[in-house]
Amino acid sequence: MDQPLELSNITFSYGDGELRRAVLKDVSLSVAPGEIVILTGPSGSGKTTLLTLIGALRGMQEGSCLVLGQEMRGASEAARVALRRRIGFIFQNHNLLGFLSARQNVAMSLELHGGMNDADRLKRAGEMLAAVGLAEHADKRPAQLSGGQRQRVAVARALVAEPGLVLADEPTAALDRASGQEVVRLLSDLARRRGTPILLVTHDPRILDIADRIVAMEDGRIIDTSAASSPASH
Amino acid sequence: MDSFARHERPADAQAAVIRPRAGRLDALGLSVRLSWRQLRADRARLATAVAGVMFACVLVFMQLGFKGALFDSATNLLNSMRSDLFLMHPMTEASFRPEHIPRARAFQALADADVARAVPIYMAQASMRNPETGKRRMVQVIGLDVTANAVQFEGLAPLAPALTRPDTFAFDRRSRPEFGPVDEMFQRHGPFQVQLGTKMLELVGLVDIGPSFGADGNAVMNELNFRRIFSRQASQTDLVALRLRPGADIPTVQQRLRTLLPDDVLVLTHQELVAAERAYWENGTPIGFIFVFGSIMGLVVGMVIVYQILFADVAGHLSEYATLKAMGYSNAYLSGVVLGAAVILAVVGFIPGLVTSLLLYDVVAKGTFLPLHMPLDRALGVFSLIFGMCFVAGLLAMRKLRDANPADMF
Ligand SMILES: Nc1ncnc2c1ncn2[C@@H]1O[C@H](COP(=O)(O)OP(=O)(O)OP(=O)(O)O)[C@@H](O)[C@H]1O
Ligand SMILES: [Mg+2]
Repeated sequence: MDQPLELSNITFSYGDGELRRAVLKDVSLSVAPGEIVILTGPSGSGKTTLLTLIGALRGMQEGSCLVLGQEMRGASEAARVALRRRIGFIFQNHNLLGFLSARQNVAMSLELHGGMNDADRLKRAGEMLAAVGLAEHADKRPAQLSGGQRQRVAVARALVAEPGLVLADEPTAALDRASGQEVVRLLSDLARRRGTPILLVTHDPRILDIADRIVAMEDGRIIDTSAASSPASH
Repeated sequence: MDSFARHERPADAQAAVIRPRAGRLDALGLSVRLSWRQLRADRARLATAVAGVMFACVLVFMQLGFKGALFDSATNLLNSMRSDLFLMHPMTEASFRPEHIPRARAFQALADADVARAVPIYMAQASMRNPETGKRRMVQVIGLDVTANAVQFEGLAPLAPALTRPDTFAFDRRSRPEFGPVDEMFQRHGPFQVQLGTKMLELVGLVDIGPSFGADGNAVMNELNFRRIFSRQASQTDLVALRLRPGADIPTVQQRLRTLLPDDVLVLTHQELVAAERAYWENGTPIGFIFVFGSIMGLVVGMVIVYQILFADVAGHLSEYATLKAMGYSNAYLSGVVLGAAVILAVVGFIPGLVTSLLLYDVVAKGTFLPLHMPLDRALGVFSLIFGMCFVAGLLAMRKLRDANPADMF
């Protein structure tokens, strides 16, 4: 089976002319099917930038980025939009639509894909919410949920359409310690059960143990790749 | 890899997920549903937007209503001159300022077998003294052979014998009240003397015509009386009314007369005659523009309100929109959500706007006797305007979507 993610020699700069500054330098990395990789590193080391390239949110400059078999270098806008539908995103902030219930928010992920009617979508969204422990809260608006619960809805939304890859950038940053831990555990459990690979950026040392592999970045380069101390085997 | 305790996803599940995109119609329905859900979520904002659309709607309807009613009344005189065909000078712009045509054209028209009667109509403006206050005011005087029965003003036929006497006339009871309580005085005392121009004439009856833009009131008299009072030569007339034989086809006769008569006269149907007069007031004067301007102002204000609301919806939810883009929603889809909201506002605002306008039409018609009515084409036309107004507001608000950049989300 092809690797869900294969990056080779990615170099990326922001700005033009005098102000041009490389924030990614010759980055190569691959993620195996079902693998959970945590990306760490000091602030400004380029982690987020790398994630936006992988998530097809930004145009590539140099190098090759194969995501779910699709080359991102020189990909058209339409191809990038199509690829995003196959990726589950989890952001620092949940960004749920305030005027929709938790269930409807999750179903928004499914509306992008054909072959399902509204009832099917809502049913599947409900099941996904039950899987993140929010069965009772499925019909509440985001405003009626706690921060941790909202981020769990975001996890459900990212996973419900069976993405080939999950990208998460500091998903616990806006949460307190306990709910942050809970969200990440839920995410990794669900992903493992489905065999979905995850690339997760975090500064939080307490959640490193969910990873199969920890990749450290500094100043736009990968400086260290180490197998996690205790590969999770839940 | 073996250390991962994971289940392989069934292959067909993956296939279902990767299927490219929902049908276009499906997607349209879903985006409009999303627009509606977003609008509905904030009741106060929805109410403001609907009120804005309603306001524009009512304003445009009232402007068009007044305009229509005014131009209807501008043509009261010609409208009540019922006959089959008319001869008019091509240079006549409005009935209150006619160019003379040779009376001979009336007799020439009679050469056509289908023309039964040809009646010259003379027109002039004269001042009439208010019998109560003595103040003078301009009145439109129409002179014609009252016994010929070619032009049927309402109430004229029974007055014909009295009007054939020298120095008599009939007054339009719908003339503006500045002419005095003529109607009431006539009902009470019967015929009385009124000064018209420099002569004292006997008012022998009342007809129904209505004031026009060109004249505040109307007076009808027999041709002979008219020619004497205004010292008009019989050979110079202003308009000729033609009555056709029963069963004659008006357009065919009109065609024949056009070839028969020299081109110093136009051959018009009653409808064309009224339309020409109306076109003069609509296009030849700034009156129409005033109403168009009022309507445009209403649309601009409505558009600004709708734009503000839609813009605020996008601007206030930039990160949500950016998240949707990151999830794989295309720019076009999200633009559709904004435009969908605009279109919903157009429909939701138009309906109460139409109902309110109908009520106001009724109130105005009762209060001012300006006949306001709602023809279907006006309702449809205003709907198109409101639709366009909201659509443009949506297009403008849509531009804000560009600021929702999914790359800024992480
Ligand atoms: N949109 C941008 N335009 C210009 N420079 C940017 C932009 N985004 C990030 N940078 C710069 O690129 C470098 C890498 O930023 P990036 O956000 O990828 O770092 P990071 O590793 O995610 O940091 P943190 O841990 O603080 O989130 C930083 O020096 C940052 O200032
Ligand atoms: Mg970052």
